Amino acid sequence: MADTGIGASVRRKEDFRFLTGRGTYTDDINRPNQAHAYFLRSPHAHAKIKSIDVAAAKKAPGVVSILTGADIVADKVGSLICGWVVKDKQGNPHKAPAHPPLAKDTVRYVGDHVAVVIAETLPQARDAAELIKVDYQVLPAVVDPARALDPGAAQVHAEAPKNLCYDWEIGDKAATEAAFKSAHHVTKLDLINNRLIPNAMEPRAAIGEYDPAYESYTCYSTSQNPHVLRLILCAFVLGVPEHKMRVVAPDVGGGFGSKIYCYAEETVCTWAARKVGRPVKWTAERGESFLSDAHGRDHVTHAELAMDKDGKFLGLKVDTIANMGSYLSTFATCVPTYLYATLLAGQYTTPAIYCEVKAVFTTTAPVDAYRGAGRPEAAYLIERLVETAARELKIDPAELRRRNFIKPHQFPYQTPVALQYDSGNYERTLDEALKLIDYKGFPARKAESAKRGKLRGIGLSAYVEACGIAPSAVVGSLGAGVGLWESGHIRFDPTGSVRIFTGSHSHGQGHETTNAQIVSDLLGVPIDKIEVVHGDTDRVPFGMGTYGSRSAAVGGSAIFKAADKIIAKGKKIAAHLLEAAEQDIEHAHGVFKVKGTDKQKTIGEIAFAAYVPHNYPAGLEPGLDETAFYDPANFTYPAGVHIGEVEIDRDTGVVTVVNWAAVDDFGTVINPMVVEGQVHGGIAQGIGQALLENAVYDKETGQLLTGSFMDYCMPRADDLPSFKIGMTHTPCPHNPLGVKGCGEAGAIAAPPALMNAVTDALGVRHMEMPASPARVWQVLQKTAKAAE
Amino acid sequence: MHDFHYHRASSLADALKALAAAKDGRLLAGGMTLLPTVKQRLASPSDLVDLAGLTELRGIRAENGGLGVGAMTTHAEVAHSPDVRKTIPVLAALAESIGDPQVRNRGTIGGSIANNDPAADYPAAVLGLDATVVTNKRKIKADDFFKGLFETALGEDEIVTAVHFPRPEKAAYVKFPSPASRYALVGVLVAKTAGGVRVAVTGAGACVFRVKEMEEALAKSFTADAVKGIKIPSKGLNSDLHGGADYRAHLISVLAGRAVTACG
Repeated sequence: MADTGIGASVRRKEDFRFLTGRGTYTDDINRPNQAHAYFLRSPHAHAKIKSIDVAAAKKAPGVVSILTGADIVADKVGSLICGWVVKDKQGNPHKAPAHPPLAKDTVRYVGDHVAVVIAETLPQARDAAELIKVDYQVLPAVVDPARALDPGAAQVHAEAPKNLCYDWEIGDKAATEAAFKSAHHVTKLDLINNRLIPNAMEPRAAIGEYDPAYESYTCYSTSQNPHVLRLILCAFVLGVPEHKMRVVAPDVGGGFGSKIYCYAEETVCTWAARKVGRPVKWTAERGESFLSDAHGRDHVTHAELAMDKDGKFLGLKVDTIANMGSYLSTFATCVPTYLYATLLAGQYTTPAIYCEVKAVFTTTAPVDAYRGAGRPEAAYLIERLVETAARELKIDPAELRRRNFIKPHQFPYQTPVALQYDSGNYERTLDEALKLIDYKGFPARKAESAKRGKLRGIGLSAYVEACGIAPSAVVGSLGAGVGLWESGHIRFDPTGSVRIFTGSHSHGQGHETTNAQIVSDLLGVPIDKIEVVHGDTDRVPFGMGTYGSRSAAVGGSAIFKAADKIIAKGKKIAAHLLEAAEQDIEHAHGVFKVKGTDKQKTIGEIAFAAYVPHNYPAGLEPGLDETAFYDPANFTYPAGVHIGEVEIDRDTGVVTVVNWAAVDDFGTVINPMVVEGQVHGGIAQGIGQALLENAVYDKETGQLLTGSFMDYCMPRADDLPSFKIGMTHTPCPHNPLGVKGCGEAGAIAAPPALMNAVTDALGVRHMEMPASPARVWQVLQKTAKAAE
Repeated sequence: MHDFHYHRASSLADALKALAAAKDGRLLAGGMTLLPTVKQRLASPSDLVDLAGLTELRGIRAENGGLGVGAMTTHAEVAHSPDVRKTIPVLAALAESIGDPQVRNRGTIGGSIANNDPAADYPAAVLGLDATVVTNKRKIKADDFFKGLFETALGEDEIVTAVHFPRPEKAAYVKFPSPASRYALVGVLVAKTAGGVRVAVTGAGACVFRVKEMEEALAKSFTADAVKGIKIPSKGLNSDLHGGADYRAHLISVLAGRAVTACG
């Protein structure tokens, strides 16, 4: 089974479907008698709605219905919720102002939902929307998180004075202060983690449908977690019993976090479907995605690192302001707290850490988890700080890291910021990366670049992250409104084919292949006899979906546990068929054998016996169909070292990434090719953040200035070098597969490595991301002037 | 988009008639700017008069040692034409650098110069190579054609039919693409022509323009060093998220030097 089992680079089963255009995405689905929704959005960042006049629009051709905030109020539709309650320094819950799916009396960002026009066709809905007269009283905007707390800043919500959502802390403040008092050297850095717009290839879409015969709803949605969407829609927003709601997330073209959340659009389509008695469909235009998908990052931070004379880290102090945007998105509050500050130890033994985070409201789109979610912000801060410290202390940056690494014998390692790292070997990973990039050869390469008039720089990043967020009891104690386990269900058919039902959801990650590999390996089923089913609440057991690189570690483990149950039952059946004692049956890869004999039954024979139980153990249930729920004991802790090399054109400021080595420790790897693909994509997005991407709102008007690909710069293939990928394997000790998670690593590792390389090449202490040509040129101008 | 009337013109006269009869008519060439604008409802013309059927506006001909390029000739046709590659290779290279394959297969030279987008490439070629724009009414020298931001010398009842490019002694175009859109943040075309050295800059200002100081310096010494040191005043140049006016001014000098080097 080695060719299709765990560890094999099996070609992705789903790719033929996707590459030949045979995928079924939400927008490909059309329901009988379907109407189309167009959302009228706020053109202002902040305004009171004095009145909405829909009279002329209602008379427009094809209009079925026009709904506004008044209808939301009349129907008692609930607020969109934030599912994670963060408590502030005093133990008070965060401020969570109401977030109506259609604005009631105030709009708070450009793109906020004012009304929905439902018509026979989309063009008719758009035409009618132009006839809606909204009288706005424009209010001042505030877009910069660093300015949101200023006296006199525009107030976004009356419920959140000074725009403060929470003022939170973690770590031992006194111990940290004491560490700084004894320090030989302190490195200080102010940095901004730039705001990003996720831009999944497939824009968000939804179809709401209501069946009066069964009084039940169906919501087709581009969701990363259909069950959680169902839970939120039913229990919090629409007040529908869960058994009367089906959520289907069919093929989904990328999410990167932005499709975790319960948004206004699918809520309104589902609600409106019953009101108008017809299925209601909406598909975002790219411009709507820019305006209204939850954005990522947007931190402003001051950090200080205290060291002794040998460069040993003594303490770390961090002060961060995090932008929440206008309303709290579904998991917004946990991102700059439990997914960020808890990672501030990085790969190092820093004994004392203290971090304060102020989350603020602004008149911008909601901000939530985006590939990495908090961990990129932590890694960027730590690794920029460590690199800067190395330069200040004139210690080789690799050496400074080495001196401070948590050593293999120290695992499990309790950090001063709550997490207990389970396993790792940071030094070995560093050594591999240094070898892969030929670190020793860098000075010669730099000299060669200089000959061509180019500035060359090298930068390291040694990151650790936390994936498969769990266990449920712990996340519950930290404020999560949900559990974070996963379900796995293996169903054999009488002829031996298998369906795997998983509560995780694939939107590009290749689960149809990797989950099948787990079962193919454990149960010896040929991979083409296995189908993976996900994304339909009526078909799969309740599950928590896919985000935070959890699908293999948590979802894969649930499938493993279900396979265990299949094997246990299979042994009983085999013992009966082989006329042996159950304890004498040994199982490996789908073959049940009587110990020490050549008597055996295959899983196919077992499955047939289970469904045609003519000769069958007395008292044993027929069928071969098992479900397991898996709640992990801890997070997993993937870690790695990325090293980037850049060349800078002094005349134009263009940064070219010329060399990249990535060595990651993801524990056990199910499909190396799929994992490499995830690493490639992650690095591309990380390089995107560091070099190209930047979401910019106008400071005065609050208009999104980067509202299209004309101005928002996505990474393209020719922006990237050919990556050198390496891996080390320290298996996760607490899940049965030993896997750690790989989906976000590249996006976490890349920005600091790249900015360390850029600042190295430029010979400057710091510059903000993205290192665009114009910005780099400005830095070059300044350094040239300073040199004069 | 809003509804509009569509006319597929069968002749120039037919196109002019349809245009004259329309309340708010627009000529449709490749549509690479106009159609997205209409789709986004940023423009709502009452009528679109499609020139795609006018085969006489399409094609590349040798003319007086140079080339005549029909207005409806696509960027891809120019880029791949053996005649263009042989006679005016810079024009083929410039056309090959526009947009992406889809745009190059639809977009036309006539559409591009009539639109006169400040970041378009073709205006740099037309101005830098001292081309002549031919319309249904007259011939317009490049120096008189480009008037300002999206503004040309074309009258309301005037249609570009061809562009005549004289063959330069040597020429090169160097573009610095805006990172996001990959339109020219700055593009500089340097040409040694029968009438002297010409330096045309696109992307940097409201409209393509010539840099006389560089032209004079290059006339004396056609070397990169001759232009590198010439500082362009940033006043009046474009400024956006991707580069301020000072950066654009600086890039003009850098790219002009590179273009001279590329001329060989």
